[in-house]
Amino acid sequence: MLETRGVTKSFGGVHALRGVDFALTRGEIHALVGENGAGKSTLIKVLTGVHRPDSGTVRFDGAEVEFHRPADAQRAGISTIYQEVNLVPLLSVARNIFLGREPRTRLGLVDVAAMNRRAAELVGSLGVNVDVTADLGTLGLGVQQMVALARAVSVDSRVVIMDEPTSSLEAKEVGTLFDVARNLAARGVGLVFVSHRLDELWRLCDRVTVLRDGQRVHTGTLAELDRLGLIAHMLGREISEVARGGATEFGETHLREQEPVLAAEGLEVRNRLHGVGLTVRPGEVLGLGGLLGSGRSETVKAVYGALPVRSGSVRVAGRRVRPNSVPHALRAGVALLSEDRKAEGIIPDLSVRDNIALAVLPKVSRGGLVAEKRIDALVDTFLRRLRIKAASPAQKVRELSGGNQQKVLIARWLCTEPKVFLLDEPTRGIDVGAKAEVQALIDELAEQGLAVVLISSEMDELVEGADRIVVLHDGTVRDELSGDRRTSAALLEALAGVAETNEEGGDD
Amino acid sequence: MTATVEAPGQDRTRGRARIARVAQRQGALVILAVVVVAATFTFDSFGTAGNLENIALQASFLAVVALGMTFVIMSGGIDLSVGSVFALGGVLAAWGAGHGTWAAVLLPVVVCGAIGLVQGLVIARGGLPPFIVTLAGLLFARGLLLLISDEGATTYKVPPSSAFRELAQGSFLGIGYPVWIVAVAFSVGGLVLHRSSYGSTVLAIGGQEDAADLMGLPVLRTKVVTYTVSGVLAGFGGLLMASYTSSGVTVLGVGTELEVIAAVVLGGTLLTGGAGTVLGSLVGVLLLQVIRNVINQIGSLNSNWQAVISGTILLVVVTLQRWLATVQRE
Repeated sequence: MLETRGVTKSFGGVHALRGVDFALTRGEIHALVGENGAGKSTLIKVLTGVHRPDSGTVRFDGAEVEFHRPADAQRAGISTIYQEVNLVPLLSVARNIFLGREPRTRLGLVDVAAMNRRAAELVGSLGVNVDVTADLGTLGLGVQQMVALARAVSVDSRVVIMDEPTSSLEAKEVGTLFDVARNLAARGVGLVFVSHRLDELWRLCDRVTVLRDGQRVHTGTLAELDRLGLIAHMLGREISEVARGGATEFGETHLREQEPVLAAEGLEVRNRLHGVGLTVRPGEVLGLGGLLGSGRSETVKAVYGALPVRSGSVRVAGRRVRPNSVPHALRAGVALLSEDRKAEGIIPDLSVRDNIALAVLPKVSRGGLVAEKRIDALVDTFLRRLRIKAASPAQKVRELSGGNQQKVLIARWLCTEPKVFLLDEPTRGIDVGAKAEVQALIDELAEQGLAVVLISSEMDELVEGADRIVVLHDGTVRDELSGDRRTSAALLEALAGVAETNEEGGDD
Repeated sequence: MTATVEAPGQDRTRGRARIARVAQRQGALVILAVVVVAATFTFDSFGTAGNLENIALQASFLAVVALGMTFVIMSGGIDLSVGSVFALGGVLAAWGAGHGTWAAVLLPVVVCGAIGLVQGLVIARGGLPPFIVTLAGLLFARGLLLLISDEGATTYKVPPSSAFRELAQGSFLGIGYPVWIVAVAFSVGGLVLHRSSYGSTVLAIGGQEDAADLMGLPVLRTKVVTYTVSGVLAGFGGLLMASYTSSGVTVLGVGTELEVIAAVVLGGTLLTGGAGTVLGSLVGVLLLQVIRNVINQIGSLNSNWQAVISGTILLVVVTLQRWLATVQRE
């Protein structure tokens, strides 16, 4: 139904796509995978009219089409759901669904009553229960994503492209989203699905196309491919090679005979945390598991002093840290790599060097003047140590891949010489290769004696990367997994809160 | 409507959020009511029909300008040119009145509309920041005004016989035409904002421009229209003023743009765009005018207190808005 033939696109001499053939048929859910930089986003942007191909053709319903703007593709019946919800938060759900196509009264004015009624019917038919007059921004991200889907349905889209729609959703919301997607496919809509969470692909998709370095390397049904085979295609490595290191790059268990360097007790945050406590020893990686909203990010933010706590204490190396003060936590040796690197970390237009140096500016300045040479030396060390791939320290961070951006941030915090490093989803949204490197790096840091708290939504990462896993649920510690119980099965049970494990859970 | 997906325990916070939302949008109305009631009891001369009619009439010139500004701010932009354009409109109207009533009305509307159109085109097509573009517009309009008035030395008079005077000096049912014009303009403006697809697009652009673009909404066209309308309305405000004073006063409009922006923000429109009401802006203008009037009532008070008090209220209202917005989010 929608296909590209020999599509090539380059930006400033860099080939993003080289002769890609891609075909989507009616009623199928087609996974599009590849590492970052493989060309997924560019292909999607060509399909949706954001970019125009340098050569090659896009065909829709057998006829060649040329989309000049996103609006052209939409009019033709191709809708896109983006990773970050692209709707208007200050307008109501109904308004968002019907923006640009509002039902009218005879006078040509927007018929608000009809609009709300039809919107309610629509979201209802998708199995979502939501007040359509509420402002979109007051709703959860999952619901917002559903609204985006509802909008796609309401314009009678024949193709829906979903670019990482699940990255901010909870498990239950993902389930609903998938139900809606299957529902659409059954109606004959063709769906393209992009996700970094590989497990999801088998749950949802019929076929898969793998891109690597701007080329299509594989298309076939997912049932014929296992996880390892898929990763092998994405990385272009032999299967045996991938299997050797397990699914992640974490090494063996670390030393942990010493006294805890971080000890948090009874952390209370209004509506979020109810008496959370945890300890980490030097050289230990403590995994922090839990579903979205369980209080993982809140816990590390509370430890870091970025989230006001009502009560509870944090001790670093035996000394009590003043609560609710980031400067004090920093001085005590706590660093936090936050989840949202775009919003809370990286400054895209500054150079790699300046991004790294930000956190140590106070340390290397004297009388307001910055010791440039000391910074250069520091930056050089970290570029080498973390194997950051940048043309030079002066390169702008926005030009680096996601994985390297993440490493720049890690370098920034390492400059502060932390004793405890809190990592909130350090590998989210970065490609498989870079993920492996970041994982190996975390391992290395722990071996060098850093205490690490690792938050991850990926079970493999927790099970293989952490020495102990603390599982949170509704702002309390539900379970702690170590030794023999540090398995995917046990973690899944703890996450799901299966009845059997409840008895022994919450033993912190 | 269907039930919400949230847990029942959140009902109370939702209720609080709703109150906070009303307070955020209608805060100026509450302050206005309090000030009017207090002033009525304090000053015998305040509550008289004549004084109230005077306040409404004085406010109407700014209100017209504020209507255009409301749409501009709602779309996430800003129009700094309106003060100069307002003055230019007045001078053009007074000059045009010497050549007939139609010239007095059409000339300022066309010229000021053209200034708005050019600004809109540069902002929308060129992607330049509205702040800079309309700052240039401010200088341009003020310069044009000085050029046609011999550096402000010539004040064009509306001929005593001209029907143009009637526009702002005449009245219907004892209420001046400008007040009626404002009433009609704001009613239409409200309908356009909340019940037309143009209005939705303005709000969408202000709320999330990228999203509006990706949804295929006519972002560029909407911006051009918005700045053009702002120019037309600023010019129209000026021509009303010229009709009212029977002359094209060249020193008018300095700093008016800021007063208008203040009124719009007082009225609950988010300076970042995306939310607000047309009625709120009217309330904002009235509030500023009432404060000015009250200060005049206190004869002993220096009239500059008006700016001091307006500034203070603006700061308080904006702080409150911010605070209420966080209450809503919780």
